Amino acid sequence: MEVKGNSNGILKRISGPVVTAVGLNAHMYDVVQVGDEKLMGEIIRIEGDKTIIQVYENTSGIRPGEPVVNTGLSLSVELGPGLLTSIYDGIQRPLELLVEKMGNFIERGVTAPGLSHEKLWEFVPVVRKGDAVVAGTVIGEVQETNILTKIMVPPKSKGGVVSEIKSGEFTIDDVVCTLDNGEEIAMMQVWPVRVPRPVTEKMNPDIPLITGQRILDGLFPIAKGGTAAIPGPFGSGKTVTQQALAKWSDAQIVVYIGCGERGNEMTEVLTEFPELEDPKSGKPLMERTVLIANTSNMPVAAREASVYTGITIAEYFRDMGFDVSLMADSTSRWAEAMREISSRLEEMPGEEGYPAYLAARLSEFYERAGRVETLNHESGSVTVIGAVSPPGGDFSEPVTQNTLRIVKCFWALDAKLSQRRHFPAINWLNSYSLYLDTLSKWYDENVSPEWNGLRIWAMEVLQKEAELQEIVQLVGSDALPDEEQITIEVARMLREIFLQQNAFDPVDTYCSMQKQFDIMKAINTYAVLAYGAQKLGVPPTKVITIAAKNDLPQVKFMTDYKEEITRINAAMGTEIGALKEAYQK
Amino acid sequence: MKEYRTINKIAGPLIFVEKTEPVGYEELVNIVQADGTVKRGQVLDTSDDFVVVQVFESTAGIGRDAGVRFTGETIKMPVSRDMLGRILSGAGKPKDGGPDIVPEKRLDIGGAAINPYARQSPADFIQTGISTIDATNTLVRGQKLPIFSGSGLPHNEIALQIARQARVPGSTEDFAVVFAAMGITKEEENQFMADFERTGALEHAVVFLNLADDPAVERIITPRLALTTAEYLAFELGYHVLVILTDMTNYCEALRQIGAAREEVPGRRGYPGYMYTDLASLYERAGLIKGLKGSVTQLSILTMPGDDITHPIADLSGYITEGQIVVNRDLHRKGIYPPINVLPSLSRLMNNGIGEGKTRDDHKKVTDQMYAAYAEGNDLRGLVAIVGKDALSERDQRLLEFADHFENRFVRQGHDENRTIEDSLDLAWELLATLPEELLVRIDRGLIQKYHPKYRKEA
Ligand SMILES: Nc1ncnc2c1ncn2[C@@H]1O[C@H](COP(=O)(O)OP(=O)(O)OP(=O)(O)O)[C@@H](O)[C@H]1O
Ligand SMILES: Nc1ncnc2c1ncn2[C@@H]1O[C@H](COP(=O)(O)OP(=O)(O)O)[C@@H](O)[C@H]1O
Ligand SMILES: [Mg+2]
Ligand SMILES: [Mg+2]
Repeated sequence: MEVKGNSNGILKRISGPVVTAVGLNAHMYDVVQVGDEKLMGEIIRIEGDKTIIQVYENTSGIRPGEPVVNTGLSLSVELGPGLLTSIYDGIQRPLELLVEKMGNFIERGVTAPGLSHEKLWEFVPVVRKGDAVVAGTVIGEVQETNILTKIMVPPKSKGGVVSEIKSGEFTIDDVVCTLDNGEEIAMMQVWPVRVPRPVTEKMNPDIPLITGQRILDGLFPIAKGGTAAIPGPFGSGKTVTQQALAKWSDAQIVVYIGCGERGNEMTEVLTEFPELEDPKSGKPLMERTVLIANTSNMPVAAREASVYTGITIAEYFRDMGFDVSLMADSTSRWAEAMREISSRLEEMPGEEGYPAYLAARLSEFYERAGRVETLNHESGSVTVIGAVSPPGGDFSEPVTQNTLRIVKCFWALDAKLSQRRHFPAINWLNSYSLYLDTLSKWYDENVSPEWNGLRIWAMEVLQKEAELQEIVQLVGSDALPDEEQITIEVARMLREIFLQQNAFDPVDTYCSMQKQFDIMKAINTYAVLAYGAQKLGVPPTKVITIAAKNDLPQVKFMTDYKEEITRINAAMGTEIGALKEAYQK
Repeated sequence: MKEYRTINKIAGPLIFVEKTEPVGYEELVNIVQADGTVKRGQVLDTSDDFVVVQVFESTAGIGRDAGVRFTGETIKMPVSRDMLGRILSGAGKPKDGGPDIVPEKRLDIGGAAINPYARQSPADFIQTGISTIDATNTLVRGQKLPIFSGSGLPHNEIALQIARQARVPGSTEDFAVVFAAMGITKEEENQFMADFERTGALEHAVVFLNLADDPAVERIITPRLALTTAEYLAFELGYHVLVILTDMTNYCEALRQIGAAREEVPGRRGYPGYMYTDLASLYERAGLIKGLKGSVTQLSILTMPGDDITHPIADLSGYITEGQIVVNRDLHRKGIYPPINVLPSLSRLMNNGIGEGKTRDDHKKVTDQMYAAYAEGNDLRGLVAIVGKDALSERDQRLLEFADHFENRFVRQGHDENRTIEDSLDLAWELLATLPEELLVRIDRGLIQKYHPKYRKEA
């Protein structure tokens, strides 16, 4: 990195990831090199001659008196061809390169650029000499994986007329385009992570992100460009849900941030994703994915940075016109990193020791989501889905509460459900989506005009069941009126067949909208038949125990299920028809 | 090495030293008492004005007249193959009357993080012989799976039974046990040591003992010494190492004590705000590395204060480890051993280690079905207490009985009963067969045809 003159200081104090230097010509958020080993750090506070620095690497053995050098740059990421399929730490060091440079364990003092500066990429221009371009204009394309990524005029460019445009193989630093004002454009852009990338305007999210998860698409859908939180105690399914979304959601690009979580979970994504196919393109899922792994035992300051690194990369792809979804597992670990740094700074703590700016940071982060008109006047989106890990599973804690105030989908995981292996353990009574109204038109037009009605019906049955369960808890289920015994049974079917979905079943892990509709419709068909028979005097136990409906759960595990579900619908009709006849006589 | 006599303040396990030359963060420190005793400590905070040293032993006897020597290096652990069979103190000094360890290497005990790119996903099924683990919460090689227990519950027996019986079926590779005790009683120590000796496990073991009457702060380094040893045995010598850390609750208490002495702003229930990160720096030291032969599997034990799984120690552990085995007081009171409550228990890596070619093709679905049935049966117990058994539907009565069978036949087993995975799964089918078949919605028709005792008999 280039170093500004007269910017050397001396370390004065070291206490964990936070160090103090004196004599530094400092600006907030400048990146500095700390100590003889040149550990990377960032300036987070200035007090007179003292500069407080958070260090992205382990500070063991560092002593007062060692030098500190200001690079004069903000913490930034390299954006360009080579991002896809990569796995980075919180400050965009490629983990693969780190293994090469320092072996199986993460040591320190090694810099590694985010993108390869040697690799050649085939640049195909899409503008010609004489074309006028502005910031954000796409000037060329690169076949990065199976995905064709765009090369854009950097956001801060003044624009101009193309005076030279190249074609062929180049590194990311080579100039591929020159403007009449002399500006030279290479494939790589560098962008400071804490600054949102500009857009023309924010648009209303009105297209759903189809996730292939029945409870989400069916009851609590999220829009492309929307925000969602998945809070839940440990082991309730945050990670599995996030990974299912990373695998199956119909985003074009996925950025997955493992923020202060387990190493093995990231390894699993690394081994699994190259093997799995995108249900839409049929191509390996890894080819559309960027991973950021700053696990729980990696330095906390880099954990704090990891969400910014991730969202900046997501925005970069959005600017190309892609629908990007970003998963952050877990935002609570990010908040804890802020808390850890803040307490080392001896800042006045807010609620539960979190810094007073917790709420502001969270909302700034989620605000970077959205469906936008890009600078290039195309539509792109970043959907942000954050896991929240409340201590003791108690949602009243500050991170959950502050997140709730911002996000529009709340997918509340419930330990009671996960303990009985009801997965995804999303509690249907506490969860919500504020996108239902804006998305209903899409479902009408693209799934079925019946869809919205069925959804409302299903929610009503589930609500009713919860009320009835309170009565059952007092008097037993046999004491319920006939009609309500059927409601209990229909609700059970909704829960066990529609809502439960095993992420590890090769077929059921993903469920198309059509199949979701067919399953829901079959349960509804049963309900209509059952209530009809009961009105004619057929005892509920008879209606509830018809054999035909026992085959319905199996439909979930079938790829070609159409014939079977048609057969079941017909068989239910026949069996209930026979019951009606028998009891009418 | 220069010796300073500039201690300014002593507070709990911390000493504050002034007017030193530059001292490195986390450097090892020797403190020489007036009577010549040498104690060890580590730098927690360093600046040109003062240095804060955390002493790993009692500060009793240390005065302002003590000498302080900064060693210029972070704490290193001498390791060697000859450590197998040795018993060391919580600070790593021989405790068995044997010679000092002649080091083949000296390793930093902090332990750098394994690069996630270098990790290999754990996938080898470990058969422990205990049904509630093998069938329902399967352990795999390289996993970190703690036992969440309560005081007075038989977690030690369970840990020992696992250590005795754990095998990767068909594997004959070298294995070793690293046992680290933190603040356990003499009696518990005897229980472990007697079992290790009886079974000959000691030969393959390295034992670190910090007992209840040993200095509490020493507990901060004991697990780090143990894990450094384990990593050496696994990743340099190729052993499959099982690490038993007990009791993590005592470790966390020591952490809280140091936080309090530093007058830090405490987090939940007085534990330091960085406890998650600190615990992660221990628990994450488990796993496999691509291209290397050995593995580190962690089985830590923690006693939940007040049996409360939401207590910060259990809660933060659960957020880091790859599942938990929960020992339950009600089952224990019913006289069931091992009193493992499967409902809150979990093995997150189970899916990697089970199924066709690993255990059996029906494993996953059978487990899911048993969980669902047991959970429902268990809930019905509350209802029966109010409305009586007769008010239950036929279906519910069966579920209720299932819950009893499950506890008495599946959960309950002998201290030396070593069930194969086939035994456990067959037992599961026997119990499921007591339920009406249409209740088995979690299992595909094909598997039911293949394993349900009804069809097996017919075939
Ligand atoms: N058999 C079941 N299958 C699936 N979900 C269930 C079942 N029984 C209860 N639930 C769901 O589990 C959640 C909690 O259940 P329940 O109503 O028993 O607890 P609660 O009374 O809210 O809990 P608490 O004991 O904390 O007061 C609810 O979302 C409920 O709908
Ligand atoms: N949709 C699902 N299908 C099947 N199993 C699931 C599902 N979601 C979660 N699980 C189970 O729950 C366990 C814990 O889930 P995980 O996502 O790791 O929890 P968290 O991240 O909330 O701690 C998983 O290992 C898996 O066994
Ligand atoms: Mg998780
Ligand atoms: Mg209740």
